[in-house]
Amino acid sequence: MKVAWAGSREAFQLSDRMAKLVANDPAFEKFTRPMLGRKELLKNTLRKAAHGWKLIVDLRLTEEEAKWLRLFIDEPAYTDLHWGMFIPAIEGQGTEEQKNKWLPLAQKMQIIGCYAQTELGHGSNVQGLETTATFDPQTDEFIIDSPTLTSSKWWPGGLGKVSNHAVVYARLIVGGKFHGVHGFIVQLRSLDDHSPLPGVTVGDIGMKFGNGAYNTMDNGVLRFDHVRIPRNQMLMRVTQVTKEGKVVQSDVPRQLIYGTMVYVRQTIVADASKALSRAVCIATRYSAVRRQFGSRNGGPETQVIDYKTQQSRLFPLLASAYAFRFVGEWLKWLYMDVKQRLAVNDFSTLPEAHACTAGLKSLTTSVTADGIEECRKLCGGHGYLVSSGLPELFAVYIPACTYEGDNVVLLLQVARFLVKTVSELGYKKPVGTTAYMGRVASLMQNNCAVQTAEGWLNPGAVMEAFESRAARMAVRCGQRLAKYENPEEGFAELSADLVEASVAHCQLIIVSKFIEKLQQDIPGKGVKQTLEVLCYVYALFLLHKHQGDFLATGYVTPKQASLANDQLRTLYSKVRPNAIALVDSFNYTDHYLGSILGRYDGNVYPKLYEAAWKDPLNDSDIVDGFHEYVQPILKQKLRTSKL
Amino acid sequence: MKVAWAGSREAFQVSDRMAKLVANDPVFEKFSKPILSRKELFKNTLRKAAYAWKLINDLHLNEEEAKWLRHYMDEPNYTDLQWEMFVPAIEGQGTEEQKRKWLPLAQTMQIIGTYAQTELGHGSNVRGLETTATFDRQTDEFVMHSPTLTSSKWWPGGMAKVATHAIVYARLMINGHFHGVHGFIVQLRSLDDHSPLPGITLGDIGMKFGHGGYNTMDNGVLRFDRVRIPRNQMLMRVSQVTKEGKFLHSDVPRQLVYGTMVSVRQTIVADASKALSRAVCIATRYSAVRRQFGSHNGGPETQVIDYKTQQSRLFPLLASAFAFRFVGEWLKSLYTDVKQRLEANDFSTLPEAHACTAGIKSLTTAATADGIEECRKLCGGHGYLISSGLPELFAFYVPACTYEGENVVMMLQVARFLVKTVSDLGNKQPVGTAAYLGRVAPLMQKCCVVQTAEDWLNPGVIVEAFEARAARMVISKVQQLGVFDNQEEGFAELSTDLVEASLAHCQLIVVSVFIQRLDQEIPGKGVKQTLKLLCYVYALFLLHKHQGDFLATGYLTPKQASLANEQLRTLYSKIRPNAIALVDSFNHTDHYLSSVLGRYDGNVYPKLYEAALKDPLNDSDIADGIYEYVRPILKQKLQFAKL
Repeated sequence: MKVAWAGSREAFQLSDRMAKLVANDPAFEKFTRPMLGRKELLKNTLRKAAHGWKLIVDLRLTEEEAKWLRLFIDEPAYTDLHWGMFIPAIEGQGTEEQKNKWLPLAQKMQIIGCYAQTELGHGSNVQGLETTATFDPQTDEFIIDSPTLTSSKWWPGGLGKVSNHAVVYARLIVGGKFHGVHGFIVQLRSLDDHSPLPGVTVGDIGMKFGNGAYNTMDNGVLRFDHVRIPRNQMLMRVTQVTKEGKVVQSDVPRQLIYGTMVYVRQTIVADASKALSRAVCIATRYSAVRRQFGSRNGGPETQVIDYKTQQSRLFPLLASAYAFRFVGEWLKWLYMDVKQRLAVNDFSTLPEAHACTAGLKSLTTSVTADGIEECRKLCGGHGYLVSSGLPELFAVYIPACTYEGDNVVLLLQVARFLVKTVSELGYKKPVGTTAYMGRVASLMQNNCAVQTAEGWLNPGAVMEAFESRAARMAVRCGQRLAKYENPEEGFAELSADLVEASVAHCQLIIVSKFIEKLQQDIPGKGVKQTLEVLCYVYALFLLHKHQGDFLATGYVTPKQASLANDQLRTLYSKVRPNAIALVDSFNYTDHYLGSILGRYDGNVYPKLYEAAWKDPLNDSDIVDGFHEYVQPILKQKLRTSKL
Repeated sequence: MKVAWAGSREAFQVSDRMAKLVANDPVFEKFSKPILSRKELFKNTLRKAAYAWKLINDLHLNEEEAKWLRHYMDEPNYTDLQWEMFVPAIEGQGTEEQKRKWLPLAQTMQIIGTYAQTELGHGSNVRGLETTATFDRQTDEFVMHSPTLTSSKWWPGGMAKVATHAIVYARLMINGHFHGVHGFIVQLRSLDDHSPLPGITLGDIGMKFGHGGYNTMDNGVLRFDRVRIPRNQMLMRVSQVTKEGKFLHSDVPRQLVYGTMVSVRQTIVADASKALSRAVCIATRYSAVRRQFGSHNGGPETQVIDYKTQQSRLFPLLASAFAFRFVGEWLKSLYTDVKQRLEANDFSTLPEAHACTAGIKSLTTAATADGIEECRKLCGGHGYLISSGLPELFAFYVPACTYEGENVVMMLQVARFLVKTVSDLGNKQPVGTAAYLGRVAPLMQKCCVVQTAEDWLNPGVIVEAFEARAARMVISKVQQLGVFDNQEEGFAELSTDLVEASLAHCQLIVVSVFIQRLDQEIPGKGVKQTLKLLCYVYALFLLHKHQGDFLATGYLTPKQASLANEQLRTLYSKIRPNAIALVDSFNHTDHYLSSVLGRYDGNVYPKLYEAALKDPLNDSDIADGIYEYVRPILKQKLQFAKL
């Protein structure tokens, strides 16, 4: 199962090697993190990042290895932005000349960069950005300026204290005219003494959710007061400004940016399965350790994992972790496919691929964020301790619901695509994940044939149920929209319902990719059978959770829905004996999990007890403040004491 | 509306006066909280608690006023346990003699107490506690002992560093026989120098979720090594141990404990509406400030509160805050009723009242915890900043889902009550909130008569829909249980479905209490009309969310469910113009909200900017650690750097 989870034996070995490298190096110790003040915390992370980079250089790690190393260090740091956003932006949007100049500097980290897009007043709507880049033909320069408070760049990671460069997105103004939003390479700090350059105001935006979490990152604020940069620092692969002040489009297709989006969102889906699997691993292991109620004749109490109420919350998340893992793998393939097509100017699949990754990014990150918190609750009271690892995992994960496309905004994009697909059915054959829409006529008519609980253990039956539900919801939205004279008004009015149709579509994709995965060869004894059980858990859990959709569209009868639920209970009993093995196959080190409740050896209580004593409050029996603020109360002398 | 929210003009005035007293006193400043280290944080809270106690004495505040003052101070601390657990436990479970001895000491705070029930290995199952209290007839003492690591008391607030005394729950052992779990008053620390008494080990259990959150509280661990206490420190109102070692029951009914539970849970429901209303207030105000997309001809963008996707997430939470407020008010009257009946030895309504408070505690706290996080997401990226107030509100609130009865365990208790009620239907008329089950025959037959979206604006129609759904779900579960030979096995197997039925029952209670409230006189122009809208939003939102239940039970047709959803959209548009006024009527001060996004004056962006600059990282342009850990990278001298 470890290989099935990792994707291949090679992938397993690589990630295993990097995980152990980090776990065994005391420089990467994590447990003291919550006790550090903000300054110490950032300093500590800078140290780890430097140590990580040193290892990468000394051990001559490949790019892939370096990526895993950074992942297992498990602390958001400026290097994430440098490698994940700054360099790819130059690679994707820079000319050959620009790449030749900037990439070597960045790849050796002679410069450190970040990605400055969002502003204090502007997030999802990139066209609404206010920062300006005005071309000055006299000096052949752009003047970067922050005209208002709300135009302050706000949020970019690594911007506050570390980066000396940034790709800054700004409104291009040439000859007084607006020419769209573009990226510019801007130096922010001196390479000599690291002080901000003249006209540049830069700082940290303050504390964020959680104790450690993203507080190890210097998310920043940035203001420009007429800062000048040479013309050749605008990223000019797609659009150029000439010396004479002409704005020219190159023959590089604009659609390229969508290719990059597909790439970035694909990695976010992969990260979702990692985060969710961590939480599930902790909750599953602890559920096997924790006992409560059910003691017979003074014997041990029942392991909480044996309760159906625990299983029905935990096992669907376990199944989701696997589902997201496989859909992430598939998205990686989809990205390669899109890239190859783009290289030969084939844009035919791009809208579908774009909608698909947008929707999956939204669905997987939302479920993962909620799932981590659910896992925390499944650990009862002790899940509230930072030493359980879950509060910090939640705090570090949730921004994924907002960054790189707010989840609701993304589902609305999916909805637009679905509505368009439905309206074009007459003359355009839908492709890829929307191919089922081509069979809409039969999907509107067919009804579910399931007659027994076993009838649901059939990939065809499951697929058709999800296809019918998604198709019927999309078609119904299309019909309702048609009643509005102004389609935009209709879209706005019905947007909450459109989002529901998008979710149905995206769930169908995940279910079908899971089923497709099971049609492949999967090595390892019993692995395929176990995955099959998980796949049914995932699908039938969704069917039960959204039974309103399935019933309202009339594809499933209440009796059939109830049979699905019966089958689900049976499946939980089948997952139970494999649950621990299934989370062990994630192959997480105790270091990466960072959780006492999720320890591999199950030695939870002694270690919880031990960890408690390390809190600074336990440095002495009598705590700081006792003599000043409690003693006077007890001694009834509060009146005369100084507070 | 402010009066409607507060409950009465007097209640409004008291809470308003106390809110302002706290908000205007610089001692209670909260914004620096996230920057403090654990020790400083704790010391700061001790100072505030002492100051508050001083105010309470100096200003001769009555109990009600003192409660509000502590509430608005908005920092968990040892006084919460002293007043809400320690003192009430003695009042409820102590004999007259014990009350005379201990209450004056506690009420003047010459002693500070906590409530030590949960242990490292034991939470929900009180019968499973391991701490022992063994009677020693020779010395007329109990010997308190922690026989195992898992028997360590774990979690009690105020216990680690402040409390001098505790009510300790332990297994009573007399002559080797176990006589149930009882409470004992145990002194933990010296009243002279505050050091732990011999045989007592005390410490803090470490950091919890969030920066401030519950980290201002010294949740503690406690171990006993054969600590002796006089016999008269067992709380003996219900059970007594005589000098001779005889175990007796007094004529005080044991059911009294349930009365206390009803009281405690009732306050938790009241707190849920407060916490949810805070989050909703922040998200609503900020949604009116934030603009994104939809600019026409360069004009301002659209306020995000005008988007249906925002409304469909935000307004149901706004309606829930009001629904929980009213059900909380109603629970208060239920408690008064129960108390009066108990005094007259009338236990007839107790099971129903107990199930009802357990279920509503579960429903309101779960919805509030999720609702706070949803409000955070509704604030987009900026909701992730601590200065938004929402991360800390979430971290502070979530334990309510676990403490005083874990939410799933609560729902299972409700399920047991419902199953019993149905099986007793032949010979026992159900009362109170279960009365509708007496009309089960018509509820199983009738179907919904709604034909237009407007038809849903009818209290009778709504109550019947919720009654029919709840009754049908309960009956169907009872029928399924009947198939099992062993009832307990059936209950375990079907527990997840039983929880769904419990939820349906509890939602019915909240909806019908809201509707009943609207039958009363409500002063203020237009107030009743607005509350009616909220009531319909609450009910129809639930109906849409759980339409699977309504459809599966066959009471509704898909068409009727869809009409409800249409009506919901119309209702959102009617709420919109009142939204800001509605959240203003909570009368929360900026101090209490502690959110830059939720400021009353809407001056969000300048204040966010200002707050950012106060982060310690902004003390200097060059952050600590740059010279040691970043410069060597940039200068390509990492090889020689000391990391």
